[in-house]
Amino acid sequence: MSDANQRDEILHDHNHDGVDRRGFLKCMAWAGTGAFCVMKGGVLKSYSLSRLAEIGEREAEGELSFVQISDSHMGFNKAANPDVVSTLKVAVDRINALSTKPEFILHTGDVSHLSKPAEFDTVEQILKSAPTGDILYVPGEHDVLNDDGKQFHERFGKGARPGGWYSFDKKGVHFIGLVNVMNLKAGGLGNLGKEQLEWMEKDVKHLSKSTPVVVFAHIPLWTVYHEWGWGTEDSAQALSYLKRFGSVTVLNGHIHQTMQKVEGNITFHTAASTAFPQPKPGTAPGPGPMKVPAEQLRSLLGVTDVNYLRGRHALAVVDSTLG
Amino acid sequence: MKSIRWILALKVLIAGLAIAGAVAASSGIAKTPASAATEVKIDNFSFAPQTVTVPVGTTVHWTNRDDIPHTVVSQDMSFKSKALDTDEDFTYTFSKPGTYDYFCSLHPKMTAKVVVQ
Repeated sequence: MSDANQRDEILHDHNHDGVDRRGFLKCMAWAGTGAFCVMKGGVLKSYSLSRLAEIGEREAEGELSFVQISDSHMGFNKAANPDVVSTLKVAVDRINALSTKPEFILHTGDVSHLSKPAEFDTVEQILKSAPTGDILYVPGEHDVLNDDGKQFHERFGKGARPGGWYSFDKKGVHFIGLVNVMNLKAGGLGNLGKEQLEWMEKDVKHLSKSTPVVVFAHIPLWTVYHEWGWGTEDSAQALSYLKRFGSVTVLNGHIHQTMQKVEGNITFHTAASTAFPQPKPGTAPGPGPMKVPAEQLRSLLGVTDVNYLRGRHALAVVDSTLG
Repeated sequence: MKSIRWILALKVLIAGLAIAGAVAASSGIAKTPASAATEVKIDNFSFAPQTVTVPVGTTVHWTNRDDIPHTVVSQDMSFKSKALDTDEDFTYTFSKPGTYDYFCSLHPKMTAKVVVQ
C-alpha cells in the first residue's frame, strides 16, 4: 500500500463521523486476553473477554459465536511478562466462563516466540482445556523463523493451501485465513503476494453478496502505523474483492493492543496479546514490549477502555451493546 | 668523551624512533577500524549505527540486545543470519567493496547498511 493510501485511510474522515487521526488514535485501548465474537443478523459484534460480566446471555445470542486470541508468544520470558503460560491460561479460563460455548477459536498468530517445537507444544497443551477442540491458526512472523513456516504448516495447516492460507464456511458465514508474514521486503510492510491474492479473488467469487465474510490474518490488513510496519503492503487489493459484500469483518493481531475501525462495509478489529502489551503507535521510539510492574501487567492485559466508543456511531457499531 | 656523546645521541635517537614508532602505530590503529566501529547493536527495533563504513576484509559483528528476535539479511542475499534471540550474535566478513543494504526480514521497516571501501 502506498503512503498516499495510508494517509487516506487514517487521516481522512470518510464517513464524516468525526473520527480523524487524532480521534482514531485515542480510540485504541488495552483490551482483554481475547475477544468473544457473535454473528447476529449478519453483523459481527466483538466483546473483550476481560469484560466477561458484560457478556450476558442476551449478548451471546446469535447465529454463531467464536473466540479470537492472539500473540501468545510462548517462550517469551523477559521483563514485560516472565510468565506467558499463566496469562494464556487466564485467557482459557475466561473462554470457559462464557455462557455460550464458542463454535471454535481463532488464533491470529505469534503462537510461539521463537518457532520452537516445545513452544508450540505448550500452547496446544494449554488450549486443550478450552471448551472447543476446534482451533484455527494463522502464522505470525515469530512462527515461521528459520524454516519458512514448514513446521507451523505441518502442525496447524491441516487442509490449508501450500502457502498456508485457507477458507471455510460455518453456519452461513465465510471465513478466510490469510498469511501475510512471508517474503517481507526491505522497508516494507506485511505481504500477501500475488498467488494468495489470486486464490482469494477466486475463493469469494461464488459467494452471494449477502454472505457475511470474516477475514483473519496476523499483521493488520489496514495501515495502523506505517513507521512501525503495522500494515500490509497489498491489503487494498485483497479488500477490493470484498467490496460487494454487505458485511465484512477483518480480525488481526500483531500490535498487542485492541483497535477498531469501520471503513465502508468493513469493520476492522485487532486483538490484544495474551503475553505482553506494546505501545500505542508513535508513543515510543520503537514498538518493543512495554515493561510494567508485575502487579500491573494483568490489569494492562485485561483492561478495556471503551468509553470513547460510546456515542461515536461509526465505531459504536461494534461495541454498541457494551454501554 | 666522544664515544659517550655518541652513545647519548644514539640513545636519544632510539628513544625518538620509539616515540615516532609508537605514534605511527597508534595512528595506524586509528586508520583501520577500531573494533567498536565494526559492532552493530540491534535494539528496540533498530540497527545502530545505521551505517558503518569499513575497509575490505572487515568483519562486522551484530548483537541483538532487544527483547524480540531479529534477523540480519542483505537485500542482495549475500548474507543472511538465522533469527537472533536476545544476546545472540552474527558476524560477516566483507571481502568486496560496495554498499550492502540489509534489513530484518521479520520487521522489514528495520533497515541499515554497511559501506565497504
